[in-house]
Amino acid sequence: MSDRKITGVLALFDSPEALVHAAEKVRDAGYRKWDTHSPFAIHGMDEAMGMKRSKLPWLVAGAAFAGVFGGLVLQGWTSAIEYPLVIAGKRFFSYQAFFPVTFALGVLLSVLASVFGMLGLVNVKFHHPVFSSDRFGKVTDDGFAISILASDPQFDANATAALLKEIGGDVDLLEEEE
Amino acid sequence: MSTTAKTIRPLLDPDPPLVKGEATFSTVTRDISGIAEKKKTPIWWWVAFLISGMLAMNLLVMIGYLIWEGTGVWGLNIPVGWGWAIVNFVFWVGIGHAGTLISAVLFLFRQKWRTSINRFAEAMTIVAVICAGIFPGIHVGRIWVAYFMFPIPNQMGMWPNFRSPLLWDVFAVGTYFTASALFWFTGLIPDLATLRDRATGKIRKTVLGILSLGWRGGHRQWQHYEIAYLLLAAISTPLVLSVHSVVSTDFATSILPGWHTTIFPPYFVAGAIFSGFAMVLTLSILARLVLPQVKNYMTLDTLERMAKVMMVTGMMVGYAYSMEFFIAWYSGNAYERFVFINRAFGPYFWAYWIMVSCNVIVPQLFWFRKMRRSIPVLFALSIFTNIGMWFERFVIVMTLSRGFMPASWDYYSPSFVDILTFIGSFGLFFTVFLLFLRFVPIIAMAEVKGILPQAHVHHHSHEKESAQPGNGAMAEGVTS
Repeated sequence: MSDRKITGVLALFDSPEALVHAAEKVRDAGYRKWDTHSPFAIHGMDEAMGMKRSKLPWLVAGAAFAGVFGGLVLQGWTSAIEYPLVIAGKRFFSYQAFFPVTFALGVLLSVLASVFGMLGLVNVKFHHPVFSSDRFGKVTDDGFAISILASDPQFDANATAALLKEIGGDVDLLEEEE
Repeated sequence: MSTTAKTIRPLLDPDPPLVKGEATFSTVTRDISGIAEKKKTPIWWWVAFLISGMLAMNLLVMIGYLIWEGTGVWGLNIPVGWGWAIVNFVFWVGIGHAGTLISAVLFLFRQKWRTSINRFAEAMTIVAVICAGIFPGIHVGRIWVAYFMFPIPNQMGMWPNFRSPLLWDVFAVGTYFTASALFWFTGLIPDLATLRDRATGKIRKTVLGILSLGWRGGHRQWQHYEIAYLLLAAISTPLVLSVHSVVSTDFATSILPGWHTTIFPPYFVAGAIFSGFAMVLTLSILARLVLPQVKNYMTLDTLERMAKVMMVTGMMVGYAYSMEFFIAWYSGNAYERFVFINRAFGPYFWAYWIMVSCNVIVPQLFWFRKMRRSIPVLFALSIFTNIGMWFERFVIVMTLSRGFMPASWDYYSPSFVDILTFIGSFGLFFTVFLLFLRFVPIIAMAEVKGILPQAHVHHHSHEKESAQPGNGAMAEGVTS
């Protein structure tokens, strides 16, 4: 055991209901580096975990604006300044005709921002302490779990495990080779 | 008395369960992952894959021949400079629309029944848009300069003409493809993680681990994920309405009678949804046949709902057909009037009446509940609709054959290259779709689990709930 380091504690619960109640207790105990894991998004969990709203919409709004503005500038500059072509006597800066491309670029940038912004915010990690538990695989099937990481300032392997057991969890220690 | 009760019963019935049978979270995982994890590939899959693969090869050969010889190998002539290629383009883009409608619009309207078909329909969208994109791509003639369509700085100091609807198409369809593919992948992440956690081999585990981006199902992930999903749905909703509107402007911004109309954008969008739902229906009925485990998810009730959407959009299309005629008469414009009389009674009258029969007359059968719930009827009607919608685009494009100058009138008929290219696009469609059926979870597992009655948490009445655990879920189970 001496060459293994404890990286956190994982506790499994039976139902989404139980997970929400347990999350409220962990929140109230003041932990910060913790998470609840479930096979699908559970309604009401934001509140139970005391989480703030996602900032993603602001990012996407910015991207949408950039797409619309960039689209207009691209079309206006190429059609009226850099490469003015007379086509059917239409105005060089025909903003009506620029609408579809402006809209499409606004959409394109918002979509890219939604997906890549989300991936940036969800903290993608291929190695994470929770993966060291054999039972963690259950949370993508029908398991509900809480993980509290050792990096939490309040973390104490025994006390934290005891708390999770007390609120009805089936506890696993997360360990890693030194 | 009893007959009255019988007739009004369907109206009073509570909503049927979204997933049939004794569904739990783990049965959902097992049913759906099982399809992608099957060690032995079923015979039906190989047979279908070989046939469609061969047809897809034929598409490649036809494209090669076209590039080698030029567009003269098609049946194009001078008034009809756009033949089957544009017909097929509009046909395939239209089919794609149902996928986005199901994944985005129905999501915003909280139509939970969409969860069982959205993954499937979105995959169809992506493949259909690929098939669509091929046609204008190869129609440009000198495809080695196809990059002229994109605003790429080049040594000639040339820029595309943004006032052309054909360029709008490039942006609309390009954005549509990117958005659909990313939306689809986003939905797949949690399901790929499920496959990863069930994988036994090391290679499979690693590959799925990378594809699922190390998904942990943590709520700190779900929170952003859910917002991203909602945003994607909200963005895709105007997008799906705009794409076919833009496609319709290829026609509507011209000055040709019969094309130069403001009814085109809404009429095209309704037609797109109509044909797309028909294709989803065709594919889901086939999937239910070869993969019996999906029957509990793609239930008869879901199929019936799709039939209802088809009936509504079919009638919108029928309304557009008649309104076009009415306006042609009411406008007093002799050319406009000629075009429509010519459509119905001119050299392509057969195409016009195939279109009207398949799109307007036949779908009226869906007024009857019995018809909406009969698999053979649904299947036949979905095929009829696809035929009808292909002919609708054919009828529209053939407006070209008789323009303002009778001296230039000509009759268009396709060459064998046109026909084989179109058949080949079906080969490509089914090849890619079969790969999807074999290797990807074809139903969004995480989403289906989220709509099961057990998933519901009554978080506002904790005290009462904990006294009688599971009470809420039970009550839900009874009503559904």
